[in-house]
Amino acid sequence: MISLAGRDILNAWGKFVFTGIGLGLLIGVTLTMAGVYRGMVDDGKALLDNSGADLWVVQQDTLGPYAESSSINDDLYRSILAMPGVAEAANVTYLTMQVRQGRRDVRAMVVGVVAGSPGKPGWPPYLVAGRQITRSHYEAVADIAAGFRLGERIQVRRNHYTVVGLTRRMVSSSGDPMVFIPLKDAQEAQFLKDNDAVLQQRRRTAENPSLNRPGVPGLLDAVIASQSNNPYVNAVLVRIRPGYSAEEIARPIRRWQRLTAYTRSQMEEILIGKLIATSSKQIGMFLVILAIVSAAIVAFIIYTLTMDKIREIAVLKLIGTRNRTIAAMIMQQAIALGVIGFVVGKITATFAAPLFPKYVLLMPLDTVAGFFAVLMICVLASLIAIRMALKVDPAEAIGG
Amino acid sequence: MGKGILIEGVGKRYGTGDTAVDALKSVNMHVAPGEVVGLIGPSGSGKTTLLKCLGAVIEPTAGRMVLGDQVIYDKGWRIPDLRALRRDRIGFVFQAPYLIPFLDVTDNVALLPMLAGVPNAEARKRANELLKALDIEHRARAMPSQLSGGEQQRVAIARGLVNRPPVILADEPTAPLDSERALTVIRILNDMARRFETAVIVVTHDEKIIPTFKRIYHIRDGVTHEEAGEGRAFQ
Repeated sequence: MISLAGRDILNAWGKFVFTGIGLGLLIGVTLTMAGVYRGMVDDGKALLDNSGADLWVVQQDTLGPYAESSSINDDLYRSILAMPGVAEAANVTYLTMQVRQGRRDVRAMVVGVVAGSPGKPGWPPYLVAGRQITRSHYEAVADIAAGFRLGERIQVRRNHYTVVGLTRRMVSSSGDPMVFIPLKDAQEAQFLKDNDAVLQQRRRTAENPSLNRPGVPGLLDAVIASQSNNPYVNAVLVRIRPGYSAEEIARPIRRWQRLTAYTRSQMEEILIGKLIATSSKQIGMFLVILAIVSAAIVAFIIYTLTMDKIREIAVLKLIGTRNRTIAAMIMQQAIALGVIGFVVGKITATFAAPLFPKYVLLMPLDTVAGFFAVLMICVLASLIAIRMALKVDPAEAIGG
Repeated sequence: MGKGILIEGVGKRYGTGDTAVDALKSVNMHVAPGEVVGLIGPSGSGKTTLLKCLGAVIEPTAGRMVLGDQVIYDKGWRIPDLRALRRDRIGFVFQAPYLIPFLDVTDNVALLPMLAGVPNAEARKRANELLKALDIEHRARAMPSQLSGGEQQRVAIARGLVNRPPVILADEPTAPLDSERALTVIRILNDMARRFETAVIVVTHDEKIIPTFKRIYHIRDGVTHEEAGEGRAFQ
């Protein structure tokens, strides 16, 4: 038996191909949306992987340092380092801001790391060009996605930094590229006021009689000095010795240090379960809408194509064609349309993904699931046309 | 299968009670194998209803129909699979050819045997033999849209004949054709009827072809009357 659907498609291939391309673009958008969600999840995981930490120690009762602000003293790391089972502990600050380079600025997550100690938690694990930060001030390592080049001068707040190294896939949970600078600079950047504000604060302090006592020389200078430095960091990243579990170390930190400590799985839950939960629901809604629109388009196209063949279907029924042969013809056409659309959509998504400003991750499993979803949608969409075709009275071929 | 088609007292009533309408009251016909008869009558006389009954598309409400040696209707269908009956034992030729637009000429004709389970190669061989007999084999690979009206109608006749049915029902087969082509189609139907021992019933209004029938059934108000035709020879 010849394939009636195949012959019909070959006879009107232009109509099918162009319709398939239109549908394909819609499927391409759907696949890309799924890729955007996967990219967000992967960005979150990359942030945790690249930090090189097993434990995140943050301010008590906060979800810091990525989901909420957290502030802890920068000398707390010493007591954590002294705990059994702790291999390394390092201060780190995170600040998302606009980093300027020449006339342009780039949204980036500025990470403060202790200068001269590469390999410690918080540091970029590898570079694609240049070297790590060796000086305590005014050097930076930037993610390649920020668009900075080696030797370029970038501006964070009032200070200028020379880009000495480039890294890759070092991004925040929202996909912003990271810029690493020395910790001291980063602490300053977090709390630095403008010159007018500093002058005003000094004047107000000097005019406060309790802070500027004539009989206590040096008190005013000490108060002003304490106001202009920042002894806080956002988190202490902890790496654990082999043989110890993260929870085993986290428990005494929570109990005795009065801090909150998150393990890797807890931090993943915060990042993916809380931080990007709304975004993922948003994308999920888009996917549902796109799936419904795709189904409606396939249903409409197949319905129209079937309507165009009502007389032929009546003739086919009159000359003894089985209902299942007619149903198979319509369903095969819907599936063929879906396959054309999926191929076009997959190609579109593959070529479009790198053009997006944020990371779009097209996972093979999503592609396979998408393919079967498209087939399912096409089969369901063809049911309306099949129902109509099966209701056609063979007597219509005779007329009267 | 030597008896052609025999129709005795066939009636068709639509509705019940006071609103009942008898579209066919008493139809009696006999068409022998190899014979072509005309069925003529004014609009609303019951021609199309009769054709639908004969084509097993609608069920009569009275009478008896015998196709070849087999009773197909006697106060109820005697054939369980009407679809198979239409496919294997009744050929249809319509006013418009209604060829399947996405199949070429050969496959339009070969589709019926394929639907009956005949292997593709064998079905195409049968189709090509018929196309040759109808002098249209040179258009075997053409699509229906590339054929003239007369060529399309010849392909439709080939499709009606391909399963060697004992009866062909032709519904105004010459309506869209000019005189010359209309007479050609009737000549072909006569030739094929003789060649394949097929009984052919041609429903027509066409004054050009009515003189070619040797026997004519007039239908009026659901009742048939037989009369002799001119049986004018083809030139």
